Amino acid sequence: MSIVGTRVVRIEDQQLITQGGTYVEDLRVEALTGAVHAMFVRSPIAHARIASIDTSAALEAPGVVAVYTAADIDLAPHKAGPVVEPWLADGVVRYVGEPVALVLTEERYQLADAAELVDIDYDPLDVVASIDSALSDETVLFEDQGTNVLQTTGGEFDDKSFDDCEVVVTQTILNQRVAPAPLEVRGAACAWGEDGRLTLWLSTQNAQISRSTVAKGLGVESKDVRVITPDVGGGFGAKIGSDPEAVVLGWASKRSGRPVRWVETRSENLVSMTHGRAQQNRVTIGGRRDGTVLAFRLEVVQDAGAYPRTMFLPTLTELMGTGVYHFPKVETSSRAVVTNTTPIAAYRGAGRPEATAAIERAMDLFAAEIGMDPAEVRRVNFIRPEEFPYSSPTGATYDTGEYAKALDKVLEAGGYADLRAEQARRREAGDPVALGLGIAAYVEITGGDSGGESGRLLINPDGSVTAYTGSSPHGQGLDTTLTMLLSDQLGVPMDKITIRHGDTDEVPKAIGTFGSRSLQLGGSALRQAADQVIEQARALAADRLEASPDDIELSEGAFQVRGAPTSGSVTWAQLAEQAELTADVWFGDGAPTFPFGAHLAVVEVDTLTGKVELKRIIACDDAGPIVNPLAFQGQRHGGLGQGAAQALLEVMNYDADGNPTTATLADYSFITATELPDFELVDSETPTTRNLLGVKGIGEAATIGSTPAVHNAVVDALSHLGVRHLDMPTTPLRVWQALTDARKAN
Amino acid sequence: MKVSIEINGTTVSEEVEDRTLLVHFVREQAGLTATNIGCDTTSCGACTVLLDGESVKSCTVLAAQADGHSVTTLEGLHGEDGDLHPVQRAFREEHGLQCGFCTPGMIMASVSLLDHNPKPTRQEVRAGLEGNLCRCTGYHNIVNAVMNASGQEVQR
Repeated sequence: MSIVGTRVVRIEDQQLITQGGTYVEDLRVEALTGAVHAMFVRSPIAHARIASIDTSAALEAPGVVAVYTAADIDLAPHKAGPVVEPWLADGVVRYVGEPVALVLTEERYQLADAAELVDIDYDPLDVVASIDSALSDETVLFEDQGTNVLQTTGGEFDDKSFDDCEVVVTQTILNQRVAPAPLEVRGAACAWGEDGRLTLWLSTQNAQISRSTVAKGLGVESKDVRVITPDVGGGFGAKIGSDPEAVVLGWASKRSGRPVRWVETRSENLVSMTHGRAQQNRVTIGGRRDGTVLAFRLEVVQDAGAYPRTMFLPTLTELMGTGVYHFPKVETSSRAVVTNTTPIAAYRGAGRPEATAAIERAMDLFAAEIGMDPAEVRRVNFIRPEEFPYSSPTGATYDTGEYAKALDKVLEAGGYADLRAEQARRREAGDPVALGLGIAAYVEITGGDSGGESGRLLINPDGSVTAYTGSSPHGQGLDTTLTMLLSDQLGVPMDKITIRHGDTDEVPKAIGTFGSRSLQLGGSALRQAADQVIEQARALAADRLEASPDDIELSEGAFQVRGAPTSGSVTWAQLAEQAELTADVWFGDGAPTFPFGAHLAVVEVDTLTGKVELKRIIACDDAGPIVNPLAFQGQRHGGLGQGAAQALLEVMNYDADGNPTTATLADYSFITATELPDFELVDSETPTTRNLLGVKGIGEAATIGSTPAVHNAVVDALSHLGVRHLDMPTTPLRVWQALTDARKAN
Repeated sequence: MKVSIEINGTTVSEEVEDRTLLVHFVREQAGLTATNIGCDTTSCGACTVLLDGESVKSCTVLAAQADGHSVTTLEGLHGEDGDLHPVQRAFREEHGLQCGFCTPGMIMASVSLLDHNPKPTRQEVRAGLEGNLCRCTGYHNIVNAVMNASGQEVQR
C-alpha cells in the first residue's frame, strides 16, 4: 500500500524534541572559533540628517574590536527599486531601525555597552509616517525622485463603468501593517577561508538567492560565497533571500580579519526586519439587486516603507483582485509610496491576502446593501467549474476550482442555517453578546514566480538514497513529505532516504522556499529525477535479467520481469554497485497553481465592552492531492492562527513622528493559545494538471482565507447596530468606538 | 562571580559576570543550546526551563539566582537510554511543532503544567500555555500534544 496520503509523523522531530534544533546562534563549528560578536547601531528617529558620528568613546570600551560607519564601507551601493539604499545610513536616516553603525566586540555582553557609546548627532527632518502623508508629497523622501510615489500601474478608469448598476458601494479598506516576527529572529555567522571564499551561515528561506545577493553586494563572484542554511526558526516570507545586514557582516568579517556572529534582539527585529501587508485599498462594487455583480474596481496603495525593496506586492494584489468571482467589468490600479517606516516585503501570502481581504469585504458590503445573505451573493457570482481553465480579467489563468462546493462544505459543517437562526434569536432578545458569522471564499496563486526548481538524486552503493532539493524548508515538514514521495516512487524504506538542502556547495542551483512553491516545484523536480534514475536502473536490470527494458518493472524496491516474478529480481543496491545511478534535473515547466477554499468564522462580540471572541473557524482548503495529512493540516492550522491574528489583534503601529509604538512583544500582539479556538477542518482535493504531482501549495492558503472570514464575522456581529465597516485589527477599543459612533449616528 | 548550578544532573561551575542571565549560562557555560531566546521582554517563553522543578523563563532569572539550585532543560528530559518523556513523544505524535524554535520552551512549560494539573481540559491547557508563543502551529496541535501526554482524547 502506498504511504502517500497517510498520516506520517515527521522525521525532523526527533532532533528538535530531544536536543533542539541547530539554529544560527547554536552553531559551534570550528570555522567560527574566535568569532567576534556584532551589533548594529540603529536610528532611533524616523527621518533626520546625520550631523556627526563620534565613535571614539565606543572604540575605547572594553572588548571593542571595531566600529564601522558608512564612511568605512567601500562597497558599491545597492538599489532598492529606483533608489539607492545605503549599506549603513549615509548622511540621512529614513526610518527608526535603519542601521547606522556596526560594532564588533570580543564578548556578547560587551555589545550593548559599546553600541550605547556610539555618539550620533541627528538633525530631524519632516516625517512621512502614513500613506496619506506620502501621497501629499509635502515632504519627499528621495529628492531626486521628486515624489513619494515610486511605482504606478493602471488607473485609466471608465467613468461609465458603474452606469448599469442598480447598487454601487464604495469603501476604503485598510490592510494594516504587521510584523512577520518569526520566533527565531534574524541571525548570521560568517568566516572567510584561506581559499578566499566566504562561508555564511544565514537564517534564510533560500541559500542560493542569498549567495547571489551577498556576492554581488561584496563585489565577488558567486562561486566565492558559500551560504549554508542551518535550522531556520520560521520565515513567513520575511526571510526570503538576504537583507543588507548579511553583506555588511561579510564585509566586516573581511575588514576585521575575524569570523563574525550576529543575532538581533526581538525589539530590533520588530523595527528592522521587513514588515508585511500595509496597503490601503479602495473598492467600488456595483451590480443588481438579484445579487449579480456587474462591475468591480480596486485601487491599491502600497506603503513600501522607507526603501522599496519589494514592489511586486501591489501588482500581485491586482492580479488576484477579483478572487473567485466572474465579474463582467473589472478595473484595477496600484501605487507604491515610500514612507519613513520600516521597509515592506513579503509576509505569508504576500499580496494575495490583501486582494482577498478587499474583495471579500466588498462582497459583504454589497450583500448588506442589497439585503441578501453573503453566502448567496457569493454563489451568484462564483466562477463555475465548467469555466476552467479560467482567464481572469486581471491576467491570471486559474487551473482548477470548485468554489461553490468548498463554500457549501463549510456552511454545512458549521451549521450555517442554525447559526443564522441563533443570531436572529439573540438580536430579537437584545442579547448584549452579539453573534457574528463571517464568510470568505478565496483563490490564491502558488509557485507564482514560475521559476522552477532543482532536484538531484543519487542511489548509494548500499541501496540508500540521497536526494538534494532546491527547496529550503523551515518548519513545513518538507523533509518528511519528500521522503514519503521518494519512498513510494522508488520502493525504498523512508529510513534509507536522506534529503539534503540549504548548502550552496551541495545544491548550487535553486530558488528556494516561498510562495508555497516547494512541494509543487521542488517535489516535481525530485519526481522527475527519480523517474530518470528508475529508467537508468531498468536498462541495467534488463541486461542482468536478460529481458527488454520495457518488460522490467519496479516492485517493492526491486526490479523484475513483468509477469515473471520467478525469473529473479535485482535490487537497487546491486544496480548501484554496478553503475552510478544519478540524475540532476531542473523542473522548469511548473506553471502557477491556484489553491482555493472557503472559511466560516463565528465570533461573539460583547457590545458593552467591545471584546471580540473567536468561537469557531471552519475551513475548507483545497490544494489538490494531500501527500501527508499531518503536515498538510499543520500548515492549515498555522495559517488559520496567523490569519485570524491579523483580523483580531496584530498591528505594527507608528505615531505621527514615525516612532514605532509596538516594538516589543509586550506591545505587539502575538496571538496566544487562549485567543484561538480548536480549528474545524473540512477536506477537499481538486488536482491540478500543471505539475507531475497534481499538487498545489498550502503554506499560505489558510492565512489568506481566515483574515477576511474573521474580519467579516466581527462586522456582521455589529451590523444590526448600524456598523457597516471597521478596519482591522478589530480590537475591543476599535469595536467599542465603532459602536459608539453608530449609536450617535442613529 | 562564581556560579554553580546543577543542570540535568551535572553540576556546572563557572566564573561569570554578575549580570549573566540563566539562559545564557545554560547556553554558553553549560553548552546546552536547545533552550532558545525569542524576545527580550519575557513574553515568548522560548527559554522556559525547570528551576527546582518549577517552570521559569530563564531570560528573567540571573544565573546568580540559580546558584546552588537545579535546572532541567529539554536535553535532560528524556532518559539516558533515549526513551522520550511522554510530553516529548506526544509533541511528535500530534505534530505539536513545526519550525521547532518555541518547542523546547513549550515542552518544558507543558511538563510543568501537567505536573500541577495531570488531567487538564483543553481550555486549561490553552490558559496554562498562554505565556508561550508559537508562530507556526496555531496552537491546535500543541493542545493536542498536552492532551495526549495526559492520556486524554485529542481533536485531530
